[in-house]
Amino acid sequence: MALLRVTSPHAHGPASTPRVMQKVLLATVPGIIALTHFFGFGILVNLVWACIVALACEALALALRRRPIGFYLRDCSALVTATLLAVALPPYSPWWLIAVGVACAILLAKHLYGGLGYNPFNPAMAGYVILLISFPVQMTAWAPPRGLGQLPGFMEALQACFWPPGYDGVTMATPLDLMKQNTGLLMTDLYAQTPQFGRWAGLGWEWVNIAFLAGGAWLLYQRIFTWHAPLAMLASLTLFAAIFYDGGSSASGGSPLFHLLSGATMFGAFFIVTDPVTSAVSVRGRLVYGAMIGALVYIIRVRGNYPDAVAFAVLIMNFAAPFIDNYTRPRTYGHKAGG
Amino acid sequence: MFELISQYPLLAALFALVGLGAIFGAVLGFAAVRFRTEGNPIAEQINELLPQTQCGQCGYPGCRPYAEAIANSGEAINKCPPGGEAGIQALATLLDVEAIPLDEEHGEEKVKAVAFIREDECIGCTKCIQACPVDAILGAAKQMHTVIASECTGCDLCLEPCPVDCIDMIPESQSLQTWHWPLPDPASRDIQIIATDAAQAQDRAA
Amino acid sequence: MRKIFDFHGGIHPPENKHQSLQGSIRDAGIPPELVLPLSQHIGTPASPVVAVGERVLAGQLIAEAPGFVSVPLHAPTSGTVAAIEDRLIAHPSGLPAPCIVIATDGLDEWVEQRAPGTGYRELAPGDLLALIRNAGIAGMGGAGFPTAVKLATRPDSKVQTLIINGTECEPYITADDILMRERPGRIIEGVNILRHLLSPSETLIGVEDNKPQAIAALRAAAAGSSIEIVTFPTKYPSGGEKQLIEILTGRQVPSGGLPLDVGVICQNVGSVVAIQDAVLFGRPLVSRITTVTGEAVDKPGNYEVLLGTPMSYLLTQAGYQPDRAQRLIMGGPMMGFTVPDANVPIVKTSNCLLAPGLTELSAPTPAQACIRCGMCAQVCPASLLPQQMFWFAQGKEYEKLEQQNLFDCIECGACSWACPSNIPLVQYYRASKAEILQLRREHTRAEQSRLRFEARQERMEREEAARTAKRAARKQAAEQRAQAAAAGGAGDEDPIQAAIDRAKAKKAAQQAGTGGTTSEREKLEKTVLTTRARLETATAKLQQAQAEGSDLADALQLGVDKTRAKLETAEQALQALLESDSPAPVTPADPAAAAIARAQAARDAGATSSPADKARSQLEGLEQRLEKTRDRLAASRNNGDEDKIVEALESTVVRLEEKVSAAREDLKAAGDT
Repeated sequence: MALLRVTSPHAHGPASTPRVMQKVLLATVPGIIALTHFFGFGILVNLVWACIVALACEALALALRRRPIGFYLRDCSALVTATLLAVALPPYSPWWLIAVGVACAILLAKHLYGGLGYNPFNPAMAGYVILLISFPVQMTAWAPPRGLGQLPGFMEALQACFWPPGYDGVTMATPLDLMKQNTGLLMTDLYAQTPQFGRWAGLGWEWVNIAFLAGGAWLLYQRIFTWHAPLAMLASLTLFAAIFYDGGSSASGGSPLFHLLSGATMFGAFFIVTDPVTSAVSVRGRLVYGAMIGALVYIIRVRGNYPDAVAFAVLIMNFAAPFIDNYTRPRTYGHKAGG
Repeated sequence: MFELISQYPLLAALFALVGLGAIFGAVLGFAAVRFRTEGNPIAEQINELLPQTQCGQCGYPGCRPYAEAIANSGEAINKCPPGGEAGIQALATLLDVEAIPLDEEHGEEKVKAVAFIREDECIGCTKCIQACPVDAILGAAKQMHTVIASECTGCDLCLEPCPVDCIDMIPESQSLQTWHWPLPDPASRDIQIIATDAAQAQDRAA
Repeated sequence: MRKIFDFHGGIHPPENKHQSLQGSIRDAGIPPELVLPLSQHIGTPASPVVAVGERVLAGQLIAEAPGFVSVPLHAPTSGTVAAIEDRLIAHPSGLPAPCIVIATDGLDEWVEQRAPGTGYRELAPGDLLALIRNAGIAGMGGAGFPTAVKLATRPDSKVQTLIINGTECEPYITADDILMRERPGRIIEGVNILRHLLSPSETLIGVEDNKPQAIAALRAAAAGSSIEIVTFPTKYPSGGEKQLIEILTGRQVPSGGLPLDVGVICQNVGSVVAIQDAVLFGRPLVSRITTVTGEAVDKPGNYEVLLGTPMSYLLTQAGYQPDRAQRLIMGGPMMGFTVPDANVPIVKTSNCLLAPGLTELSAPTPAQACIRCGMCAQVCPASLLPQQMFWFAQGKEYEKLEQQNLFDCIECGACSWACPSNIPLVQYYRASKAEILQLRREHTRAEQSRLRFEARQERMEREEAARTAKRAARKQAAEQRAQAAAAGGAGDEDPIQAAIDRAKAKKAAQQAGTGGTTSEREKLEKTVLTTRARLETATAKLQQAQAEGSDLADALQLGVDKTRAKLETAEQALQALLESDSPAPVTPADPAAAAIARAQAARDAGATSSPADKARSQLEGLEQRLEKTRDRLAASRNNGDEDKIVEALESTVVRLEEKVSAAREDLKAAGDT
């Protein structure tokens, strides 16, 4: 038998891209359970439909680009994109909304730039923002959480997705909306008047965020990503909230705890900011990248027009990632600082 | 004067524009003189990129004339076979033009070779010595000639004048010193992937 | 406890060292044939000093080092030189290289070994270095840099720290481990030789903490000396020279520099033992310890192998199962390379022979897209950004690669190991480095060609200019001559004037000549006078000296004789001159004046004559010439001369007849006017 001639190293570590993707998928499970518990089956319908559309789009794009379909489908990156987008969309969204979002994410944000690894923007967030700008009504229609109304059943969820005209759902403002709309009240009054706020940051939302935090902590433990970017983001968000929070009025933007456990904070910190493709790569670069996102999230939440800000903050910083990388190159062995 | 200007706004505009033009012109002119950069002339930079084989396959008597033709009279950049695709690419980057494939009329990219004189057949006519653009052939009239291999650019110019055809172009062979790992071939990557897909499909079928 | 430092990055691959550590060092024996490549080190290949058919003894020099960065080669055992030819060697290219092939005789007869033994302390550092150099020692950790070159310090640099590398961080390899376990005394002896040579302030032996037995053995052997055995946590690639220096001293070798720049010299334990062998026993480097391991061998272990032993011979001893092997690696799984054939020889740098089983090491899987996860940057011991370099290497953007400090990459393979997408990063860097070096070489060559071409152009221009100048000068001279001729023909007066001038000049010259003779005579007379005076004084002195009986008499006599001879010649010359001058009074002859008179007369005559007269005289002249030619023609015919002379004369006659008729026309015309 002819001896194989290959270049070193001959050994390879246990890491592999499909496994990384699978672990990320696994880590979303607590968050999905929490979402389902508080908002009903709509989120599961979203998820399944988004995954189907994502795989179809991925296969189509690979076929058009003449790439081996089986090999690249197995890297699970399309499923990760679909899952991240699905949990960010409001439950009980119509099927076309999800399909448009996923198709934009996979085809425009990912394959148009050359596929996995070449996309400058986070595909899930790009898809989300396209939807948010194009269909603001549907995108801000969140169902009320468990405890504030009757949760639709599974069949109703299916109907909401695939036969929207036949579905008559109830929607309700999220705590972030309320915070933005009410500027003349004391926080205690606001919390007392509106049932959506729950104990700390919003009924249901606080537990969803804690569930995503748990999933993220597990990924961190698995060394799928480093702590730098997510912690920098949470730290800067906390810092901004603490600086501007005056302890009472709702005009001051809410407490640090409110911001940490509201909306997509934890989901963004551990599943979006950590996306390696579109973030900065060096350690210092990731710190800067995360901190800037945290700051932008606060600014857009409190001063911007949209209720939540993670998607915008991430996309803006995606632009800046190569720039950050350029200025945060580590010092090579044997070189002087800055060399 | 002022009255005239205020009466005719058109004149005011005209004066203003002319005045501004004069001022900025003066500033620019001053800057052009004061901050003149003595850059490497473009022909020099092009010449840097040419392989200096001096073979004349481009139709010019040497690399520098070709470089000057590219710089001054817009000669095409694809007439240098020894430079090959890499050379065209480098020229295209320098001149910020599109890289075009090598002009086949001027020959094709060949493996680099070194001239070798079959010394017992050499009659000592010195014709090759006169043809060599880099003085890489040693010899005198009625004396055997030889090529200084390390100086030979492989331009083929000595072949034609030799009356007894005793010059061979010997391609440079790879030695342990020059061998190196090639870049992983990105084109073969997909084929490889398809192959493994096929192998796994076979495994499943079995 | 000594402070140890950490370096950036690093990985923890499975060690797999226990397999080959089951027994002690085994002797591989003498194979029937040894193949010794002339280049087993970094630098110029050695040049053979033996002939085919020659019998060689063990330890005999068979190839010498032709340059400074080179090492000689010795026969590992006795036998005859069977061939000096190209053979396949352990090189990833699979290209053959020149080797000396020795057919062994199994006697293992050694040449007489002379060594300073413990007397090395009396040797000068230069002599000790020469000893190490002549023993053919090249770095045995895997790189193969000539040891003597590494040890040659500059006079201005001080070796602060001598580091002995017993790290052996690569998985599978245990050659250094077993050496430290079983021969710690020899290592310490060798270290003492190096300490004598370099006199460092401190001596450290660095060992990873996964080798407790080796550490204990070394500690026991080094007890009582100031050699310190330093242990540190196991991490790949802490055995890299630069990494080890950072671990032990906290200093970083500057990029492109040498360890000596930070006051460190680093040597592998294997090299140290070889130095000890050479200095104490006069034994050149002819064998080494090689680990044979992997799932495809039944008896993994460490073998003492003669250099040049074919790998297949060694593998057979270790129970190699070819059907279980898919590749053969010289070195470890991280930095080793696959060999093209199982028959290639063991060389000075072969620390390990790894024959992995079919599933033991992952088969090269297709690369997926880089997801920029940054794991490569996290593990890179040189703090590079491998994913950025991969990007640029793919696009062949060599300038940017160099900006990313590509050349600080030590090719340890940690990035490829960690890459989740299986990208062969190290291959990209290796290929790019080689490509950049080749481009640099080509650029230098092109530059050289350009200079030669321009020099030739210049030379040709110079020659051309010289030729043009010469031609122009010739042309000018010709023009001047033509002008002069034209002037002579044009002016009626000038030739006469010229003749007058010439005559005058002649006359003047004659007068000057007589003047010259006069002065000559005066000069000679003067010489005669002065010489005579000198002769007189000299003779007087001589007489005085003779009277006094002085020693100077002889010398004075010689001087007098010489002066007298001079006087005589001067007198003779004067006489001759006077004689030649005596008939001097020449009558101022006037041929010039006569000529002038004649010419003037003729001119007067010409000036007075009318054009008709001129034409008539011309006609007369022509008729005379025609007559003469006709006579000659007739005479030629009568004499029966050659046809061509007759013909030539006939044509001349015809021409003259034409001219005569033309002259008649002229005369008629002149007469008419």
